Formats: sequence, C-alpha cells, structure tokens
Amino acid sequence: MSLIFTLAARNLFHDRLRFIATLIGIVFSMILVTVQMGLYLGFGRMVTTMIDHAGADLWIMPLGTKCFEDSSSLDDSKRFRALSMKGVADAVPIVIGFAPWKMPGGGTSPVFLIGSNLRSGGLRPWNVVAGSIEALEIPGAIAVDRSYLDRLGVSGLGATAEIRDQKVEVRALTRGIRSFTTTPYLFAPLERARAYTGMGPNRESYILVRVAPNADVESVRRRLQSNIADVEVLTPAEFRARSRSFWLFGTGAGAGLFAGALLGIIVGTVIVAQTLYASTKDHLNEFATLRAIGSSGRYIYKVIISQAVLSAVIGFCIAAAVGLLIVRTTAETALPIMLTPVMTVALFALAVVMCVLSAVGAIAKVMRIDPAMVFTR
Amino acid sequence: MTASIVETVNVVKILGSGASRVEALKGVSLGVSGGELTMLMGPSGSGKTTLLSILGCIMSPTRGTVQVRGRSTQGLDAEELAEIRRKNIGFVFQSYHLFPTLTAAENVRLVFDVRGERSRRTKAKANEALATVGLAHKTKAFPIELSGGEQQRVAIARAIAGDAAAILADEPTAALDSENGHAIMSLLAEIAEDPKRGVLVVTHDPRILPFADRIVRIEDGRIVGEQQKGAPARAGSEVEHAIRAQRR
Repeated sequence: MSLIFTLAARNLFHDRLRFIATLIGIVFSMILVTVQMGLYLGFGRMVTTMIDHAGADLWIMPLGTKCFEDSSSLDDSKRFRALSMKGVADAVPIVIGFAPWKMPGGGTSPVFLIGSNLRSGGLRPWNVVAGSIEALEIPGAIAVDRSYLDRLGVSGLGATAEIRDQKVEVRALTRGIRSFTTTPYLFAPLERARAYTGMGPNRESYILVRVAPNADVESVRRRLQSNIADVEVLTPAEFRARSRSFWLFGTGAGAGLFAGALLGIIVGTVIVAQTLYASTKDHLNEFATLRAIGSSGRYIYKVIISQAVLSAVIGFCIAAAVGLLIVRTTAETALPIMLTPVMTVALFALAVVMCVLSAVGAIAKVMRIDPAMVFTR
Repeated sequence: MTASIVETVNVVKILGSGASRVEALKGVSLGVSGGELTMLMGPSGSGKTTLLSILGCIMSPTRGTVQVRGRSTQGLDAEELAEIRRKNIGFVFQSYHLFPTLTAAENVRLVFDVRGERSRRTKAKANEALATVGLAHKTKAFPIELSGGEQQRVAIARAIAGDAAAILADEPTAALDSENGHAIMSLLAEIAEDPKRGVLVVTHDPRILPFADRIVRIEDGRIVGEQQKGAPARAGSEVEHAIRAQRR
C-alpha cells in the first residue's frame, strides 16, 4: 500500500484539535445542507401528497389553477363531456375547500375538506389505522388524521363536532396524512363535502380522468383540452411540477432552502480550507523534504487531497448519522425532513467535492515550496 | 575512484536581486566520484550549501553546467530535476528531516514510494537499509522515540535504501555529540567504499576530517584548496590549516 494514505491519515490525526475543528466544519455544513435539502424534498413531497394518492391518469381543473389547494370550481357538465370522449374510461369528481370546524368544547378551527365518491375511488383516505373507509358512507362521517385530534378538540373514533352547523362524526382515523399548511385534512363523501364547503350541488373542484386500457394518455389529454372550454388538463407529473413550482418558488420557500444549503456549503468549504491550509503550512518542512528526495508534485498533491477526502468521508459519516436521527425525529411532523438514497449519495459527493476544493489553497501553497528550505531549517 | 557521478562545471549562482543580490558561487567546478568521500569545508556564507543544493539538483545554476551521470541538467524543469534526484541522489540533512508521523521503516520506504515502487520487496529493502545502519531493532519506532544519532542513522538509511549513487550530506554531525558524530561518519565512510557510490559531506567540524578521501575548501564562492587523502597538504593552504586545527 502506498504511504500517501498513511501520511495523509497520520498528518490529520496527529493534530487532533485541528482535525476536530475540520470535522466540526464538515459536519455542521453537511447537516445544514441535509436539513435544507431534506426540507426541500419533504416540502416537495407534502405539496403533492394528494396528487400522488389520487390514482388519476389526467386531472381536469379550472384555468389558472396554481396548486392542489388553489382550485376554484367546475360545472359538472364538463365531467359528462369528458366521459363522452374517446379513450376516457372514467371521470371522477373531487371537491376540495376550507370549512370551519366547530369543536365540541367550543371554538372553531379551519379544516381542509377533500370529498370524492368513495365507491369510485377518487381520492380516498389512505393509511387508515382505525375505523374504515366504508364507514364514511354513514351520514355525517368524516376521516381525519390521528395527529390532528387534539387540534380539533376531539378524542378519537365516534367523537362528534360541527362543520358549517352540520353534525359530523369521526368514523375513520389515518396516519401520516399531514398538511404542510397546518390546516387539517378531512375526508368526506362527495355530496357531504359540497355541503361542508358551501359548493353548489353540480359543481366540483377537479375531475380525475382514468384513461381506457390501450388508450394513449397524451392523445386523450389533447382531446379533452380541445373539447372542454375553460379548463386545463394536466398529467399528474405536470400537476406535481406546477404545485411544487408554486409552493417552492412562487412563495420563495424553495429559494430560502437553497440559500441555506448554499450557506452551509460555503461555511463548510471555508472552515475545511482554513484548517487544511494551516495543516499544510505546519507540515511544509515535510513536503519540502518529500520534494528534495525527489517526489513529484503530483505525489504531494495526492497526500493533501487524500487528507481532504479522508476528512470528507469521516465528516460525512458523522453528519449522515445525525441526519438520519433528524429524519426519524421529524418523520411524523407536519413538515418531515426527507433523506433519499439519491440525496445521500449526492451529499457524499458534495462533501468530497467541497473538501477537495478546500484543498486548492493548500496545494497552491505547496506549489510554491522551495525544496532548498530543507538545508536552512 | 571512478568518473564523477555528479559534477558542476564553472557554476555561477546569483541569489537575490537589486541591493540584496549576492554572487554565492563564482565559477565552481566540483565532482562527486564513486568510491570517494569528499568533504566540503568553509566558513558560513562561503557557498557550501548553495553548492550542495546545485549538486543535488535542488537549485539550478545561474551559469555553468551540472551533469548527473554524464547528463546535463540544463533546461530541465522542476519535475525532471525531481526525477533525477529520486533516481540518483540521496540526501542526509543536518536536522534529519524525518517524518514524525511515520515509523523508521516507513521513513525509509518513502524513497521507494515516491518512485511508485510499492512491492513487499521495498519493505524488505527498507529494513535491510536500517539493518545496515544498525537499527534493525528500531524499524517500528517513531522519530520521537529515537535519539539524535539514531534519527540521523534513519536518514542515512533513507539516503542509501534506494541505491542512490551520490549521497549528499549537509552537516550530518552538527547536531550530534562526538561519539554519535563519529559513528555517523564511519557509516558514511563505509558507504563511500562502494566504488559505485560517492559521498559529499558539507561540514564545519574538523574532528571528522580523518574520514575524508578528499577535502575541498570553499570560501567566498570559490574553491580555494583541495587535498587528496595521503597527499601532503600544501604549506599554508586552508586545508592544511583545517587539518592542523583538527590535530590540535
């Protein structure tokens, strides 16, 4: 084995205080980037959670809809028009909207209702942990996430409250259907949801289209778009992209998260560069000796870069462990921090690139080294 | 004695510029030949170290030529000069310049590592070199665990392990007591008995003169005297003064 790695490792571990400072810089930077990018991913996933679970091939929505929560309403005649189109197997209405929830103990809280025909499987609650979807057919039945029970002032299954002066009863509890807006999601059958949100009887927010087997989704989309006035027809991927774009960039939240991540990278790079430069300066005599005994410049750069990469690997491992802990801690919150395998690999690559870039200053210092200094020191 | 391994011909070296310009060497010709231990003596600032740096291809001359095994180094860039050093020249420094984080064996193995030689054979060669200098039992010791004399022996092992033809030593005994200095010079003299190897020692220390096959006196950037072993020193010469001083 080459002594390059041995020399790099021992140079690093020789000055433990400096090495700890380097690691703190990398860990701090990586955690900051992980949290920011994890929030970005989590936020991106949260804003599209309803689209992800709808199981539609196409979404018909009012013109100018910016995101899932933003819809106005469509006339039900458009749904019949869609059903008459070639290649459309089903067209399911969805109603969404805010409504006032009157708590049994007094006080009100806004809720966000999602209504669909539960038999046709439009947008039904998932992760049901208590009660059942079938129970929602009972008049006044609603499904709510268990994490919102306290917030809504109810104890659990069978608890009652009022929405728009109409009695409702909790008949199903879900897990993990959280809203990033902090307004609880409530599921109800279509007609009840219309009543709770104050929407007219023949109106809906979205029409979910299922394309017939063997039909081309894009052709159906074009057909729907050209035959139904004042609507937009989007694929789930397009609707996801639009929702993410609105929430992440339209509101500036995404830019803020990216700015935080960038700050983390800059801080990390500066700290690592400083410590690596100082370490190189301390070992300048040794590098001059290496040069005097005939080492190539490349050999010395490899020692410095190995130091940087080794710091990156150790720093990343610590940061990843802390990051996983944060991910677990926030998993059940309204805005979970997510860490995907791709992001983990990307963060590792970022840590290595950051540390190698940090080595540039140290390498520049070594490039100017005069091996003759070994005779004067 | 054989032909020169490393040789300077009419070398001039100017250091600095403007008011701080110094002509450190003023047309120096000196060779290091196989089977010979040459001692380069002279007062501080006489140009000894500059000449050693030029002979060792660490520094390039302002004028004149340097030849290593008959090949001129003129016009070579830093990487090419480094290649000449790692193939032909071994250095022994006054302050040893061992790597504190490497063991004695690893310090010696460095000369192979910088050449890209990383076989098991290199480990054996490094241990052999340490055995040659009497440190077979200290291969795993770190420099901090070794005495000054032992550290200098590791440095000599490093210089000879790679079969360098020219060993250039800068004040190798300056930091040592007389007993250790004597031991180190004995080792260098032993190395110089090999006809394929030449040793040049820069020194202030007249006590080690008896080890020399040739003594060269440099002063003010010029070689002012030279004496071969066994030949009488010219009366009044600098070399004779040095030898007289040693005898006293």
